[in-house]
Amino acid sequence: MTHPTFLGKDLIGLAAISAEQIRAILDTAEAFKEISERPIKKVPVLRGKTIVNLFFEASTRTRVSFEFAEKRLSADTVNIAASGSSVQKGETLVDTARNLEAMKIDMVVMRHPSSGAARFLAERIPSNVVNAGDGRHEHPTQALLDLLTIRDHRGRIEGMRVCILGDVLHSRVARSNIWGLLKLGAEVGVCAPRTLLPAGIEELGVTVFSHVEDAIEWADALNVLRLQLERMQAGYVPSLREYNRVFGVSRERVERAPRDLLILHPGPMNRGVEIDSDVADGPHSVILDQVTNGVAVRMAVLYLLAGGVPERAEAAKHEA
Amino acid sequence: MKHEVAVTRAPLRPLLLQGGRVIDPSTDLDDVQDVLLHEGRIEAVGRGLSAPDGADVFDASGLIVCPGLIDLHVHLREPGGEHRETIASGARAAAAGGFAAVCAMPNTDPPIDDPAAVGFVRAEGMRAGSVRVYPVGCVSVGQKGERLTQIGEMVDAGAVAITDDGLPVSDAGLMRLALEYTRTFGIPVASHCEELSLSRGGSMNEGLVSTRLGITGIPNAAEDVMIARDLLLSELTGGRLHIQHVTTRRGVAMIREAKARGVSVTAEGTPHHFTLTDADVEGYRTEAKVNPPLRTAADRAAVIEGVADGTLDVIATDHAPHHYDEKEQAFEDAPFGLIGLETALGLALTELVGKGVLTLSRLVDRMSCAPARAFALPGGTLRAGSDADVTVFDPALDWVVEPARFLSRSRNSPFAGFHLRGAAVRTIVGGRVVWERAREGG
Repeated sequence: MTHPTFLGKDLIGLAAISAEQIRAILDTAEAFKEISERPIKKVPVLRGKTIVNLFFEASTRTRVSFEFAEKRLSADTVNIAASGSSVQKGETLVDTARNLEAMKIDMVVMRHPSSGAARFLAERIPSNVVNAGDGRHEHPTQALLDLLTIRDHRGRIEGMRVCILGDVLHSRVARSNIWGLLKLGAEVGVCAPRTLLPAGIEELGVTVFSHVEDAIEWADALNVLRLQLERMQAGYVPSLREYNRVFGVSRERVERAPRDLLILHPGPMNRGVEIDSDVADGPHSVILDQVTNGVAVRMAVLYLLAGGVPERAEAAKHEA
Repeated sequence: MKHEVAVTRAPLRPLLLQGGRVIDPSTDLDDVQDVLLHEGRIEAVGRGLSAPDGADVFDASGLIVCPGLIDLHVHLREPGGEHRETIASGARAAAAGGFAAVCAMPNTDPPIDDPAAVGFVRAEGMRAGSVRVYPVGCVSVGQKGERLTQIGEMVDAGAVAITDDGLPVSDAGLMRLALEYTRTFGIPVASHCEELSLSRGGSMNEGLVSTRLGITGIPNAAEDVMIARDLLLSELTGGRLHIQHVTTRRGVAMIREAKARGVSVTAEGTPHHFTLTDADVEGYRTEAKVNPPLRTAADRAAVIEGVADGTLDVIATDHAPHHYDEKEQAFEDAPFGLIGLETALGLALTELVGKGVLTLSRLVDRMSCAPARAFALPGGTLRAGSDADVTVFDPALDWVVEPARFLSRSRNSPFAGFHLRGAAVRTIVGGRVVWERAREGG
């Protein structure tokens, strides 16, 4: 089966798409932003399409963001959460997918705790699959909204120095950001305790910082990752307090930045752990812009997967 | 008594294998000769042997005739996993792969950890009436790693080695006891070397590929620290150690060094570890999910070198069948293991002999003579009077791996579609042909 659409059949990750495709998603998202500003936030772009949001992991922000994007494009949506569903009764992923497919759907937005699950699903059903996060592999729409936010504020991605700070080892957001940023010509740094950096990370073409002060000195933008409580329990860091002292993004550290720093965070934040409140709420923070951009980016992805072309996005918005 | 295979069918006619290239490293033979099998024994090897009355004659010209291949490491899944494999189906798959004997790992459900269970495996193996199935017993009761099994009784019942394979013996003190206690019975302790505190949660080799795929990795060190420990314990106790499925460059180097200083150790390399690397996991291929994992190209090269210089004495498959439902999952949710009985000889011929790493004679040593020595099994020789276990293979037969045609009950092979050169043509156990390749196109 060939998929002559601009993005292909699925969006599994940014590792697998081109810089041109990434730029086109961002441009399309730019055009779609305005829909969410309207009093009546609805266009008929995906009218008659059925989309299933299949979430095997808890998620509020991403799931709601996708759902808004789908509804504002007039798609019919169904949400399935793992708890309380057939999944809990032992149904396999393949069977869940086949059953949904048998009900004649058009797209699946899936979050799954296993790396590779999105691709696994995409290879087995004809519907479009959007990866809303698979294990530690990729979370492409999160990285796209991060890129869009940086571009909004700085006018470009190319040549920007972006440092991803925190638990890169367990982070699909970090991986998608690394691919997206590198493809668009940014320099990428990572900064974390060595226990939270994966093997061979340098070979991906990123600069590794062991001290947050050095990272801040170097960077134009910091993407601060959430430190999950379980990491402390598993011994990756001795305590949240120590993590905050050594790696936390504090006002003092941000004030010493030589450049006007952008602070991003994919959420949900642990205030006082990886980021202090006066930074999260301070002048450098673009964290809520990320959330707003999330809806636009997801509208763009759904539109393009459904066969839309970037050049037609502006016109599509105004069809009745 | 413990190594007998009950042959209860029609009386055996003598069999003359005529004009093949007979390769038997145990007698330093590599020459075009005839091999005569009679009453389950090797009657004679030599030039111009004449067929006795009523003998079957097989024209082996152009083919290799060697001592029956022996696989020291297979999982036949019975009891408890009969949807994956049974002793009978595994034995047939072994025969089709050119193996005349296999050693069945004890991590079944329940595990083979007492003499009755050992007796069951042995009896089922005989009932299958195909290749010899040698039971291997557990090191620890229930594979729990706490206390030794009744090793002496299991040996009496037919166990040829002990191992907790699938799991390591994490407690160094217990491993020491196992190596000491087995000295009375002359059997080796086969060790699956894995430090669980370093491998836990991992699904593939730790490295650049695992980082890209977002899969938790298993570092080489998880294997290396256990290999180091077990070598030291073997040295301490004088117990016979057999290290299973070695995959790392440091592991190969440590075993080489230990052998040089006289440690009583043998070791395995598998066809998948000398053929594939962690790059073959790309695309989240669950058929390539195996423990220990496929490593880097440098590790693969070290395994090849280890097999070539004999540091890794034997080629063993770690044949690990899984039902397709079990492998049809997201990578991290799928079980470890792949099947190898029906591809091992072809891979060894293609990857090692074909690429000039091993001579045919060395290959026969690694797949027959050395395994027989390592576990003190009969076979591994064509010496007159020994069991008539013989493999006949065609080193020039080109074929494509099609798992759908396997005799194994499972299909979880990462080699589907591989073009291989060389395959078994006939497998003979105790003078009886237990498998023969169908002639294609008449």
